[in-house]
Amino acid sequence: MIQNTEIVDAARIVEFCRSLKDQGFERLATVTAVDRHPAEPRFEVVYHIHSIEHNQRRRLKCRIPSAPAEIDSVVSVWRSANWYEREVFDLFGISFRAHPDLRRIMLPDDWDGHPLRKDYPVHGHRYSYKDEEGAG
Amino acid sequence: MSDPEHLSETVTAALREAPAGEGVSARRMTLNMGPQHPSTHGVLRIMLELEGETIYSARLDIGFLHTGIEKEFEVKTWQQGVTLTDRVDYLACLSNNLCYALAVEKLLQLEIPPKAQWMRVMLVELTRLNSHLVWLGTHALDVGAMSVFLYCMREREDILRIFEAFSGQRMMTSYIRIGGLALEPPRGWDQAVRRFITAFPSKVDEYESLLTRNPIWLERTRGVAVVPVADLLDLGVTGPCIRAAGIGWDIRKSEPYSSYDKFDFEVPVAAEGDVYARYQVRVEEMRQSTRIVKQALEGMPEGPWQADAPHVVLPDREKMKTQMEALIYHFKIVTEGFLVPQGEVYQTVESPRGELGYYVVSDGTARPLRVHMRTPSFGNLQGLPAMIEGRLLADTVAAMGSLDFVLGDVDR
Repeated sequence: MIQNTEIVDAARIVEFCRSLKDQGFERLATVTAVDRHPAEPRFEVVYHIHSIEHNQRRRLKCRIPSAPAEIDSVVSVWRSANWYEREVFDLFGISFRAHPDLRRIMLPDDWDGHPLRKDYPVHGHRYSYKDEEGAG
Repeated sequence: MSDPEHLSETVTAALREAPAGEGVSARRMTLNMGPQHPSTHGVLRIMLELEGETIYSARLDIGFLHTGIEKEFEVKTWQQGVTLTDRVDYLACLSNNLCYALAVEKLLQLEIPPKAQWMRVMLVELTRLNSHLVWLGTHALDVGAMSVFLYCMREREDILRIFEAFSGQRMMTSYIRIGGLALEPPRGWDQAVRRFITAFPSKVDEYESLLTRNPIWLERTRGVAVVPVADLLDLGVTGPCIRAAGIGWDIRKSEPYSSYDKFDFEVPVAAEGDVYARYQVRVEEMRQSTRIVKQALEGMPEGPWQADAPHVVLPDREKMKTQMEALIYHFKIVTEGFLVPQGEVYQTVESPRGELGYYVVSDGTARPLRVHMRTPSFGNLQGLPAMIEGRLLADTVAAMGSLDFVLGDVDR
């Protein structure tokens, strides 16, 4: 289990991850983000990495601002980052530079907004209770 | 993406890209498999580019079952969140319940009594059996062995009845809660479980007699969908697929949770890494899970089944009506939930499909700031193109079955 979080400079994330992979962290368990809206820097991109051989897990965190919400992609280090980063892009609107295939993954291509942002209402932008008035 | 116009565009684009003069490439065809296809076990779309019957490339399109569960956590109290975890991987509800509960309990620093821990182990192992039975039945059905499905569903029904006796629900159990279990185990639960696990090993023999040396099964599964294990790990694959490729990595052993270190069981490993090896590993896992359930049943500790934490666990009904303090706790838990100290936890468990992880962040309030699910099916599915590219179209179905993904678990 992971006890502490390592804060990594967003500009160095790829280099840092590559050195960890060379140390035996062969797995990227997941990439996700946390929206700290309205605080700045707004987003935290969180990486959980794992070494089976050393039975060790580490958590890396990069803080990035709301504009531009961008960070380098780690697909060149672990291929599994492909879908993980696409998911973060889709649901948080964070762009990953040099990602080979940065498209929405969960939502339709023409979806408006990024649902996991804190300023996105749970019922969505398109729906409101007003629409139901008079309907019943 | 899914409109026919776009699809024909893809076909023409593929033909345009084909280098002139190479007859083989010019015959390349795009085949759209899914989103409604019986072998995808849900709604998965695969865009296959074929040359004859050989798959040249495969691209996956997911998200059809996306229901925004992670978003919904933001408006639920911590305990209400348990009901959402059921609905992610609907074949391994209790594994999801457990992972979430363990993560939040870690933030709350709750001590879970031994009886609850052992009960949890027993139930998640029954969940593993349930999930593997559905996998085996549908996998065999996809490959063409129809009767296995009927046998597997027969035993699965017994497990679902046990779940119903415990929780009142066959599938969406929500039985493992933060702080222990939802209800006191029902009267006679031990007899029901004992009856089941006494009979079960002979049923596994029965499935094996239908498949293990069946020439058609061997023909369809041996040497199919082999990918070097380093690539599998790099692509995010976990669980039985990794163990079938020679690495004995099981989170129950490497990072024991909920007293797994007190149980005696083996982690089955195979070397070949093909569909057949994955079958062997999962069948052996069923036998091992039976062993664990048996140990849990025989060594079940006495004592409370919920943590001693009145601010988290709902009080006994009787106490609530007779004691003022219990009434206040009850009122506070029901109306506003409980506060979870600031912090973050990444908790993993070995779900039937592989590494299930919950990354839970609390800002000290009664609702989670963020709950992220690292679901095994999402990672496993990324390995599919590598398994089928360059192989025959018919192998796709066998490869998909061997990955054992649940689309609810992929899309969340």
